[in-house]
Amino acid sequence: MNQWQNFTKGFIKDNPVFVLMLGLCPVLGVTTSAINGLGMGLATTFVLLMSNTVVTLIKSLIPVKVRIPSFIVIIASFVTIVELVMQAFLPTLFEQLGLFIPLIVVNCLVLGRAEAFASKNDFISSVIDGLGMGLGFTFALTLLGAVREILGSGAIFGWEFVTGDGMLVFVLAPGAFIGLGYLIAIMNKFNKAS
Amino acid sequence: MDYIIIIITAIFVNNIVLAQFLGICPFLGVSGKVSTSVGMSGAVMFVMTIATIVTWLIQNYILIPFSLEFLQTITFILIIASLVQMVEIILKKVSPPLYQALGIYLPLMTTNCAILGVAILTMQSNYNLMEGVVFAIANAIGFGLALLLFSSIREHLDLLDVPKGMRGVPIAFVAAGILALAFMGFAGLV
Repeated sequence: MNQWQNFTKGFIKDNPVFVLMLGLCPVLGVTTSAINGLGMGLATTFVLLMSNTVVTLIKSLIPVKVRIPSFIVIIASFVTIVELVMQAFLPTLFEQLGLFIPLIVVNCLVLGRAEAFASKNDFISSVIDGLGMGLGFTFALTLLGAVREILGSGAIFGWEFVTGDGMLVFVLAPGAFIGLGYLIAIMNKFNKAS
Repeated sequence: MDYIIIIITAIFVNNIVLAQFLGICPFLGVSGKVSTSVGMSGAVMFVMTIATIVTWLIQNYILIPFSLEFLQTITFILIIASLVQMVEIILKKVSPPLYQALGIYLPLMTTNCAILGVAILTMQSNYNLMEGVVFAIANAIGFGLALLLFSSIREHLDLLDVPKGMRGVPIAFVAAGILALAFMGFAGLV
């Protein structure tokens, strides 16, 4: 597999949300608007990229038996960095994402890539994999956020093109499940066609 | 009275799965059969209660006195990971039948965000130890309730003639959405 395929696989073919179904809690929890989805996606991308980088650099130093706890400590350190930086520079976004920022630690996607990819592959591939998977995750979150925002409040990235109320249910909890269900069905169709 | 409000809020109004979106992975992963979802709910209740007690003690007697609150995330996840391991070892020795019943679900518990989520929510709400324990148990019951309802629905879904593109996960999500819609009816309860 060349590096370009390695990078792009996260978008459609192995999309972490639509195909691998990893890390679904934040996908459903924060996507009330496109901008929240984008913010959460980028925060996760940073953690994924950094944890993949560090794991691949020190993989030969970690004893096999304690690798999972070691990965968790590495991931938790980067999550703490994201938490503190966001709190300082993006306080409004931090408020809205709330609980889901510390919960990046238990996002199965981050641990999954560290275990399944970074601990077995070389430096360049791991960095590209982390970046590609993270951006694929961001793409999925932003897409679901945009769909929910358009249907729920008639706006996109905060720009209102319909005045008045939209289908409120899409901003509320049930809309997250229903929206994601239909998006997965559409993505399945795409993947079969290609 | 406070306890009753905490319990009703956690189980129905702010259901941990259907309103707060925590623990979605096990919610989808083990909800294929009713029997496995009962086992999973038991394991969640067990670990969630112990984890909340331990993290509450660490938070209030170590992190706050030494102003180390910024280490909350990293400390809590380490506590939960080692706790899960310890519970597994102790159960294996002390109560083999219980270990048989919960065994396969325990390793999954570390990456179940419901456990860490409830621990952090307990700290954010400034509950005392007793309220924290009640909150954890109520959330675990809420998780069990959602899982049980959802797995019963999925057992029926298997028998239906679902349109081809929607089979499997997509229809399960739509069903979960309708379940969440039903739970929104409890919104005015407290």
